Amino acid sequence: MFDINKIRSDFPILSRKVNGQPLIYFDNAATSQTPNQVIDVITDYYTRLNSNIHRGVHKLSQEATEAYEGARKKIQQHFNAAHTHEIIFTAGTTESINLIASGYSSMLKKGDELVISALEHHSNIVPWQMLCEKTGAELKVIPMTQKGTLDINILDSILGNKTRLVFVNHVSNALGTVNPIKEIIAKAHNVKAEVLIDGAQACPHIKADLQSLDVDYYVTSAHKLCGPTGVGMLYGKEALLNKLPPYQGGGEMIATVTFEKTTYADLPHKFEAGTPNISGGIAFGAALDYMNDIGFEAISAYEAELLDYATNALKELPGLKIYGEAPEKTAVISFNIEGIHPYDIGSILDQMGIAVRTGHHCAQPIMDYFEIPGTIRASFSFYNTKEEVDRLVEGLRKAMKMLQ
Amino acid sequence: METIEDRQKEVIEEFSLFEDWMQRYEHMIELGKSLPLISKKHKTEDNIIKGCQSKVWIHAALEKDQLVFTADSDAIITKGIIAILIRVFSNQHPKAILNSNTNFIDQIGLKEHLSPTRANGLVSMIKQIKMYAVAYQTQLN
Repeated sequence: MFDINKIRSDFPILSRKVNGQPLIYFDNAATSQTPNQVIDVITDYYTRLNSNIHRGVHKLSQEATEAYEGARKKIQQHFNAAHTHEIIFTAGTTESINLIASGYSSMLKKGDELVISALEHHSNIVPWQMLCEKTGAELKVIPMTQKGTLDINILDSILGNKTRLVFVNHVSNALGTVNPIKEIIAKAHNVKAEVLIDGAQACPHIKADLQSLDVDYYVTSAHKLCGPTGVGMLYGKEALLNKLPPYQGGGEMIATVTFEKTTYADLPHKFEAGTPNISGGIAFGAALDYMNDIGFEAISAYEAELLDYATNALKELPGLKIYGEAPEKTAVISFNIEGIHPYDIGSILDQMGIAVRTGHHCAQPIMDYFEIPGTIRASFSFYNTKEEVDRLVEGLRKAMKMLQ
Repeated sequence: METIEDRQKEVIEEFSLFEDWMQRYEHMIELGKSLPLISKKHKTEDNIIKGCQSKVWIHAALEKDQLVFTADSDAIITKGIIAILIRVFSNQHPKAILNSNTNFIDQIGLKEHLSPTRANGLVSMIKQIKMYAVAYQTQLN
């Protein structure tokens, strides 16, 4: 059963006061909050298990290794990957993307084409631009529409026999649009291109089934789904990861080393040089457990209702315009109020203990498309409530009175 | 002549009258309206201060050995913050500006605007004002 009071009591930060007011946290798309069940796992790791993994013959190392590899298994099961060794632990989405980009730098040639979408986060634009500069490959963009969706009809004319890679986010961080990734993956595969999906914004709301999607690479960060910062994953199909050259050299990732030649370890260790974020990896697994215990169906249903409620309430405010009105979107509302800079609104809401994001949300091309400097973004989670939405609306009314 | 310190004391006294954040912010918004606006000629891309979520332009001119600042922003609260800075630093000798500190910001309840995460660029604005002072001081030497 979805018990909101019980859920809220799992998150100690939600009882914090900010500027003398109870915190209302609506910046979940930037990072989610952490429940006791995850915090306890991190504490337990340093209290009982702390040791280096994979190498030690001693008990602590064995237990820590089991916990860490257990987390990898949980991630594999959660995302329905075919093999555990297809899950690579990384520092997060950005590192995962850079790992792929770095690997492809030796596999691309001049004239190859990379396709990204107009809805991407800078972290899924800049590494590809760098890759294009290095290899002479060209970047093509799937355009967006006024509704904040991808203009998917044009995709057929963009994809071709030169297309090598396609990168799209599962959900847009700035607008909440859920992109039709299954269709994009199928179309890309028709021209024998590989597809990387950035799942950072989708993972707290949607349980992606990687085998059913037939996606080649899927990346995400633990901190978006109640896990800690500094840890994330790269999923890649076994055959592709085997072809991909290693990202960083170091310990852990080797099979044998002599001064003449080094042979690399098998997956997943080939991509995991150095001592990893062990407690973070274990806590990533605990975060998935926590969310699966509540259930993604229950979470989606609750968030959809909250999004509906908030959208209707915000639309009541005079001069408020919502950006991103895709038929399918996650619990994110990006908006502006006529004649007021988003920064002014954000500053005043902060004084009332309400945390929203203002600015371009690391997605400047989207802001340029709408010809705006930025938006106010309220992003909701399953631990938020309608009462909190009411306080946001009341806060906005106050801010408008002060600023207009 | 009023020194920078005198003006800072004035501002601190003025802000000490307010009982809550709302009065403080309302006052800042009012101050923003009195900001000596930068002329169109100087409101260029080059004069935009980097590191601000809102756009901020600051221009300085030397008049009788004193720096006179004009500025603008597309956000009202940011405008208020610049207005306070200009009130303190405008019509002062570049050397006096260079020798001054900005501790008064803590004392008027705007400390949070100094935090790097705020991205309103208060720190960048102060830096820019000091940069102008350095440049004109060199010229005067």
